[in-house]
Amino acid sequence: MGSSNSSVNNIPNAQELMQETGFSAAHILRLHERFEFLDKHKCGQLRLVDRPTNQPQDFGAVQELALNPIGDSIISAFFSPGQETVDFASFVRILAHFRPTDRNQSRDGAQQEPANSSIRKLKFAFQMYDQDRDGKISRAELLQVLRAMLGIQVTEEQLQSIAERAIQEADLDRDDAISFDEFRKSLEKVDIDHKMSIRFLR
Amino acid sequence: MQRCGYVHLWLLGSVLLICLISGVTRVNGDVALTHQESRLNPSKSNLNQTEHGHGSVITGIPIVTFKWHHVETPYLVALWILVAGLGKLVIEANHHVTSVIPESALLICFGFILGGIIWGADKVQTFKLTPTVFFFYLLPQIILDAGYSMPNKLFFSNMGAILIYAVIGTCWNAASLGLSLWGCHKGGAMGDLDLGLLQYLLFGSLMAAVDPVAVIAVFEQVHVNEVLFIMVFGESLLNDGVTVVLFNVFDAFVSLGGDKIDAVEIIKGIISFFVVAFGGSLVGFVFGLLISLLTRCTKNIQIIEPGFVFVLGYLAYLTAEMLSLSAILSIVFCGMCCQKYINSNMDERSVTTVRYVMKVLANGSETIIFVFLGISAIDKEIWVWNTGFILLTLLFVLVYRFIGVFFLTWILNKFRLVPVELIDQVIMSYGGLRGAVAYGLAVMLDENKIKEKNLMVSTTLIVVYFTVILQGITMKPLVNWLKVKRAAVGELTLIEKVQDKVFDHMLVAIEDISGQIGHNYMRDKWNNFEEKWMTCILMKPSARKNRDYVFKVFHKLNLKDAMRYVTEGERRGSLEFVRNETAFIDFKKKFDDDFSEVMPDIMADTSDDYSDTSDMRRDPVPSVSLEMHEQTMNGMRPLEDVNSHHLLQQHLYKGRKQHRHRYSRSHFDVNKDENEVQEIFQRTMRTRLESFKSGKMGVAPLKHITKHLKKDQQQKMPNGKSLDKSKTYHSGDEDFEFSEGDSASGFEASASSFPMRVTYRAGAGIENPAFMPDLDPMAQVQIPPWLAEAEVDSSMVAPSQRAQLRLPWTPSNLRRLAPLRISAHSTDSFMLADAPAAQQRDNDQLPPPPPPPAPPHGDHM
Repeated sequence: MGSSNSSVNNIPNAQELMQETGFSAAHILRLHERFEFLDKHKCGQLRLVDRPTNQPQDFGAVQELALNPIGDSIISAFFSPGQETVDFASFVRILAHFRPTDRNQSRDGAQQEPANSSIRKLKFAFQMYDQDRDGKISRAELLQVLRAMLGIQVTEEQLQSIAERAIQEADLDRDDAISFDEFRKSLEKVDIDHKMSIRFLR
Repeated sequence: MQRCGYVHLWLLGSVLLICLISGVTRVNGDVALTHQESRLNPSKSNLNQTEHGHGSVITGIPIVTFKWHHVETPYLVALWILVAGLGKLVIEANHHVTSVIPESALLICFGFILGGIIWGADKVQTFKLTPTVFFFYLLPQIILDAGYSMPNKLFFSNMGAILIYAVIGTCWNAASLGLSLWGCHKGGAMGDLDLGLLQYLLFGSLMAAVDPVAVIAVFEQVHVNEVLFIMVFGESLLNDGVTVVLFNVFDAFVSLGGDKIDAVEIIKGIISFFVVAFGGSLVGFVFGLLISLLTRCTKNIQIIEPGFVFVLGYLAYLTAEMLSLSAILSIVFCGMCCQKYINSNMDERSVTTVRYVMKVLANGSETIIFVFLGISAIDKEIWVWNTGFILLTLLFVLVYRFIGVFFLTWILNKFRLVPVELIDQVIMSYGGLRGAVAYGLAVMLDENKIKEKNLMVSTTLIVVYFTVILQGITMKPLVNWLKVKRAAVGELTLIEKVQDKVFDHMLVAIEDISGQIGHNYMRDKWNNFEEKWMTCILMKPSARKNRDYVFKVFHKLNLKDAMRYVTEGERRGSLEFVRNETAFIDFKKKFDDDFSEVMPDIMADTSDDYSDTSDMRRDPVPSVSLEMHEQTMNGMRPLEDVNSHHLLQQHLYKGRKQHRHRYSRSHFDVNKDENEVQEIFQRTMRTRLESFKSGKMGVAPLKHITKHLKKDQQQKMPNGKSLDKSKTYHSGDEDFEFSEGDSASGFEASASSFPMRVTYRAGAGIENPAFMPDLDPMAQVQIPPWLAEAEVDSSMVAPSQRAQLRLPWTPSNLRRLAPLRISAHSTDSFMLADAPAAQQRDNDQLPPPPPPPAPPHGDHM
């Protein structure tokens, strides 16, 4: 335990991160290892694209992501708008969305919602669609996700009607787009906590 | 209603009694019901004898004879099924009772009453549940149904917990109950019983299993959240297998005798436990694959294809039983493996059949089981009362269940992503209902080896009654009181399903990024594997295309809409909305209301174009001459040859009424001529399409059209099949695809200059009629193929139209056209329908086509 603590101390801001995200020291340590593995240039940051070549960088090392239909959206979710790098703290903060929701709210209420609360989880999921971050899922955005997921089995027209219908279902104010509130309402019955949590290994 | 039911019941009861008194003598115990015949009262025997005597001495030719013995066994079986069914009917008739007391408990009580009647008449219990009947004829279908309708994803994502509960929990229950009872026995709590440790363990093992029948019956009525449900349900299914195995092992130990058991035997027992459990699952898996493979090629015998599922499922059960593997596990896994593949391989109607028959069988035998559990109680012979033994068993069963569940959950929660909550644990423990499996096993005990068999049977019965009736009744209030998280019941929505899929991909991605191999990762790998190999082998190529989950949901929703739409139309008394003009307006209004949200832009246009299309509709039966006329007016010379040819073929097909039977064993639609169906369908569809088309006229951008064309072509050409999956169009399905591919390739071969156009024509007409109404109005409407066709037509081949139109009449094509059956009709009739519109469009946007040659009325009319 002593040794692991000492290595955690090597990570900048580790204590605050643990406090903020609820990850344990062991988690942070493991994630940091992973981060360093991904970080080829050892500069403490993961880059979205490699500048000169414009090749997908750092996250490209995760081969499975290339096969994942919405892998690109996931990667871009790690980067706040306009930025092309992500440091360890943000990396962990993003991953913290996927911690299971804490049963016992030990956190004091003054703090903002922890990342693993179901509302934050939903927000993250919402961002998967909302690529232009205008707070709405437009039809084009939904269509893009659908196209990626459904692949070649479905024709473009069918995709469009699926998107159409999905939007109709959620769209309450008839603006032909899904706002976050509408999104939340449409998924009211889904157990977000179950669906959007993974178990982080120690 | 209720009174009526009761009257029925009593009527039936008396019928039954009359039957009994008038001559029930021997029932072959192994078929359905045991008949303990030894002590019938003499009067009945006399009656029988006189009957026999009458039958044997023939004095003349009897006109009718009463041959009860001839039909006795099947008659009784049928009668019992009827009685059980009617009992259920009566019970279900009053909802306020069933909402308090679960149906299973009521059925048992109903069994008490029936048993009382029989006992009152016979002074002996004539009927009871025998293990053979139970395990061979009543249980398999229940388990198969459970496996077949198992939510696989949910099951496998909770697999670990379920296995732990099922295996370790059951072993714990068995061991703790056996040991504690033995301890109490040693302590002198139950007096003088001839039971040793092994016998107690045997008893413990048969009492250990939570019964799926009882659990499903009770939990179905309280809608607890899905994780809790799958845990209890999965556990009860699997631990049945485990109990049977445990029971067999201990039974073997008991037969072996206490002193011969050494470490080797115990190890052998443990090994056999695993072999039996995993072997059984493997057998089930193999049979599941077999069913899937078989349903791949049952297209020609659609009428019996549902049968295969049942027969092979049952064979899986019997095979496992034969190999002394766990039959229950076998049939569970069989059902779970094949569900996905058979559902997409088989015709939709067959799937529905399977689903319904499965439910009928399962529900029916469940009913029978509960009724017989009740009847079995009214029997003086089995009742051996031993207060200590019985009460202690009850207590231990309950207490150890709680301890086991809480302990195992405590361990599991250390590893679970979302821990099982305390309340859920309480419900899980309390839901530990024992049922017919325990009773069946208890009856199977060998009286020679276990002297106190009757005590065990009666104790088992009491535990079953206690758990099913008392715990069953209190379950619902408890669930309410503890505020257990309920299952969200809501309508299926597309966005939810889409989101589900996004969640899945997201979790996999996150696991990838954070560099760990979690269960999402494993699932993804498995899905990929399945995608690549299993579906390839086990699924029909045509089914594979439309298997995407989101798409299926979409399809289902559309079907539902269409159904609701028709119902609504019928309710308003205007199903003829298509042909009748006034009704059509009505229809259109309705349509506007319903679909304006789905396709606002089309509907906006429809109203304008209404006048265009109305003349089409004004004619109640679109007649040949009108069509021809319109065409000539529009100067459709180039298309005409083809059109009129097919028009003639469509309307003048020969011998419609000939060679038809009123009955066929192998087809449903005996009386429907394929052509006739086709024609009716087309007539109605055409008008509908008209409205769609005209609505969309000129809206679809050119860009889309070309795209659509290409896509369509690439999709259709490689395999020569349309996307058509809808079963509305079932008549002559294969002929369809075949001839379509055929004609398409024929066209292509001979007309390489415009393959696109021609192949398109071959495919589009077929695809649309079936596809349009149910499956996906939007997609097709937005860029209707005929528009696409018109587009291509006008843009690229204006000068060569004539040549093109000559095409089908070239010798090589003539040959192909000759056997053109339905496919040709559909294609061309649609083209016909489209022709005016296409032409109009041409006129709108392009310079008029070359002046038409003389109208060919004479040629073709």
